[in-house]
Amino acid sequence: METTHTHVVSVSQEAHDETHHGHHHHHETFLTKYVFSQDHKTIAKQFLITGMFWALVGGLFSVIFRLQLGYPDAKFPWLEDLLGEWAKGGQLQAEAYYALVTMHGTVLVFFVLTAGLSGTFSNFLIPLQIGARDMASPFLNMLSYWFFFIASIVMLSSLFVQTGPFSGGWTAYPPLSALGQASPGSKVGMDLWLVSMALFVVSSLLGGLNYIATVLNMRTKGMSMTRMPLTIWAFFFTAVLGVLSFPVLFSGFILLIFDRHFGTSFYLSDIYINGQALPNEGGSAILYQHLFWFLGHPEVYIILLPAMGMVSEILSVNSRKPIFGYMAMVGSLFAIAILAFLVWAHHMFVTGLNPFLGAFFVLLTLLIAVPSAIKVFNWLTTIWRGNLKFTPAMLFALGFVSLFISGGLTGIFLGNSALDIHLHDTYFVIAHFHIVMGVASMFGMFAGIYHWYPKMYGRYLNNTLGYVHFWVTMIGAYLIFWPMHYEGLAGMPRRYYKFDIWESFKHFGSLNQFISIISIIVFLVQILFLINFFYSIWKGRKVTSQNPWGANTLEWTTPINPGHGNWEGDLPEVHRWAYDYGKDGKEFISQTTPVAADESRH
Amino acid sequence: MTTTTYLILAGVVLLFVVIFQIAKASEYVSILNGEDKANKQSNRINGFLLLGFMILGFLGVWWCNKELYGSTLFPQGSASVEGEKIDEMFMLTTAVTGLVFIITQFLLFYFAWKYQHKEGRKVFYFPHNNKLELIWTVVPAIFLTVLVVFGLRFWFRITSDAPKEAMTVEIIGKQFGWIMRYPGKDNTFGKTYFKVISDEANNSLGQVWQDNEALKLKADPANYDDVVTTQTMYIVKGRPVKLIIGSRDVIHDVGLNHFRLKMDAVPGIPTTLWFTPKYTTKEMKQRTGNPDFVYEISCDQMCGNGHYSMKGIIEVVTQEEFDAWISKQKPNYYVAFPDKDPSNKAAATDSTANKIAAVN
Repeated sequence: METTHTHVVSVSQEAHDETHHGHHHHHETFLTKYVFSQDHKTIAKQFLITGMFWALVGGLFSVIFRLQLGYPDAKFPWLEDLLGEWAKGGQLQAEAYYALVTMHGTVLVFFVLTAGLSGTFSNFLIPLQIGARDMASPFLNMLSYWFFFIASIVMLSSLFVQTGPFSGGWTAYPPLSALGQASPGSKVGMDLWLVSMALFVVSSLLGGLNYIATVLNMRTKGMSMTRMPLTIWAFFFTAVLGVLSFPVLFSGFILLIFDRHFGTSFYLSDIYINGQALPNEGGSAILYQHLFWFLGHPEVYIILLPAMGMVSEILSVNSRKPIFGYMAMVGSLFAIAILAFLVWAHHMFVTGLNPFLGAFFVLLTLLIAVPSAIKVFNWLTTIWRGNLKFTPAMLFALGFVSLFISGGLTGIFLGNSALDIHLHDTYFVIAHFHIVMGVASMFGMFAGIYHWYPKMYGRYLNNTLGYVHFWVTMIGAYLIFWPMHYEGLAGMPRRYYKFDIWESFKHFGSLNQFISIISIIVFLVQILFLINFFYSIWKGRKVTSQNPWGANTLEWTTPINPGHGNWEGDLPEVHRWAYDYGKDGKEFISQTTPVAADESRH
Repeated sequence: MTTTTYLILAGVVLLFVVIFQIAKASEYVSILNGEDKANKQSNRINGFLLLGFMILGFLGVWWCNKELYGSTLFPQGSASVEGEKIDEMFMLTTAVTGLVFIITQFLLFYFAWKYQHKEGRKVFYFPHNNKLELIWTVVPAIFLTVLVVFGLRFWFRITSDAPKEAMTVEIIGKQFGWIMRYPGKDNTFGKTYFKVISDEANNSLGQVWQDNEALKLKADPANYDDVVTTQTMYIVKGRPVKLIIGSRDVIHDVGLNHFRLKMDAVPGIPTTLWFTPKYTTKEMKQRTGNPDFVYEISCDQMCGNGHYSMKGIIEVVTQEEFDAWISKQKPNYYVAFPDKDPSNKAAATDSTANKIAAVN
């Protein structure tokens, strides 16, 4: 505690000096301020902007393969200009299609919705909302970003190797991912994929350990755990999930690397490929799936929990009303975090899993619906009899709840093994997880960006563009993914390059076209958002009040453009929870306001 | 790039510029008129849009169902007896979740519209209520218990052992096609070993039909009458069929949409599933009104760049048709070793005893 204290004082001194004298009399150069920065706010922005880059790339990939799905016979000469061999004669080749699908999944799940989402907001909000000068270890925090950066470079470079990037699906099941003979993408592209993912795991662990240590040890005076905003609880559980599950994924990757290069047989057995029987015997391809999904399922919640936390906060602030059932919200986050570890095999109902074992996974999977339902009902009660301000952030938060309901309910179909036998790996699954995990979490991320942008850059995003962004994305998301449920109910399998030879699935041609057109429109609107984002960094309307949303949490007690160290002078002291909105006729009561003698109790 | 491409690009850029300029202009206007007024206006518009989204959304859901229900598998019904249970379970789950969907989405958008910001409205300070929270913990738990109980009953029935009278067919996936094997008259599959697989020698499954010193293998006579085919599987209407599923290379999946079942094909680990077909392929052509109807086996697990083309066919026929078909099939052993085939020998008769004698 002593050491932390001294550290805090010294940083505070620095921040103080800088703000008051305005010139860099100490070691703040461009390099240390913007590149190798140890300021959690700068690192958060680095995660965010790198995440945006990847979202653009991953989104563009989906537009290209959607073109193939919507217009399998059309020729797009510009595609050949863009992709060369991959689109010979303007037609996307099967290997390119699979590479794009795989990269879209990997990039969106890990680089955008894990690093871009919790990397950004855990970094940005944890110190600001618990009243800390910075993370427990700013240096490791910086390393966490740079490992992510190197992972990004490696992944990006795999797009340019001759045999192409990995193309066996983001789950990378062996033997397909283990054998170069099985697919060109499983050659050097897969090695790069594994190296990149290993670096990503390191980044994620460094970040996660830091978040946990910071939340547990560095809360300001009066900030007991039960006074923390729900955002912080969500980031905390997210970090715990990551720290416990990413190493398991890592071990799975290590075994895969051994099988690929060192002749082991962890995952390989009884294989005859390209006219040759391989020597491997006794391995189990299913073992990888257990290791993968032991991370893979918690990963879904690693993506979702931060969005849930931010949505809780934003709904409450903009309803001008306390979050309903704070302890139930924390409890349900906790329940989800525990159950997240006990449901992984529901991804494996059709692998030949012992049916008796499967039954437990059905039970535990459907059990997760209970805390999820609690959260939804609590959000609904939060906006009930509130006084709602529809900022773009609030709209995205409401959109999140809508999508979470829609996508969550289809999870009840898939979690039930008897139905999963039919629906597994069809478009029904695509619709389900895109709505509940992909788009919903993206909405949480957008909500967070719109809400905290003034704190990040001291300027506002353009509201009108925000509304256009929200409405087109909201309507588009439903138009894209809702009809996909029906394709799934026709048994249409995912990851098919085209459907022309299939009597059972070829009648969806015009629907596929419709979905592709909408997805292009939605993609273009995301570019509009990016323009808004970067334009507003320099030219946006300036923030003139310290607390533009009238919020209770501590980040709004910092200066409009906080320096490294966040607060000038002493750290704020906390006297109450974060959700005293509309109490005793007061619109909001900051966490730093002491409890008055005549205040009502709850 | 073609001119059209440039034109489209230019159009998109122009559209962006226009939207962006309007957005900037509206921001200036809001600053001039006072932010309060602008906020009130945008709040009213968005409140209205949220309500409109809900109403159009519900209509859209109804319309989407009307348009697309016909193209799902439900109107033709499950083609297997076991699949009926899955359809039943689906409808039950749809009823429960559909109700929750309508109620929660309605409340979300209705509350948003109803409680949009109004000057001077006092919000209801309502931080918690144990009774309410208990209700919406217990009620979903009860609903889910019902779904779990029904689901598991069906699950255990579907995954139970196949009935004794079931016929068995082995189906093996490879990049990118399917190989089927029938056990022949002895009703037993001969042993296979992947290291003796050889497509050139007509031994695509690695049937152990010769002694092999190096691999310490002894020929399994049960192999001599096994019939091996590719791509098309014949099974019998009304007779349970048990599939023994495997793979030669990567993981595949036997997807049987019309029968509502699927199971992975994993190298080294055999899996099984069984079902009872209800309609012959001919009957299905009539039921669906599609003269081209076939039961398709779709590979449902990403297996490489030809994944999308890995199609198999199931022909459901009557017992007589099946008997006629199987009697015409030559055991794979004789395909691989034509000189051992009694029908190729002048002296051979068609009796089974002689066949086996000849083999030995």
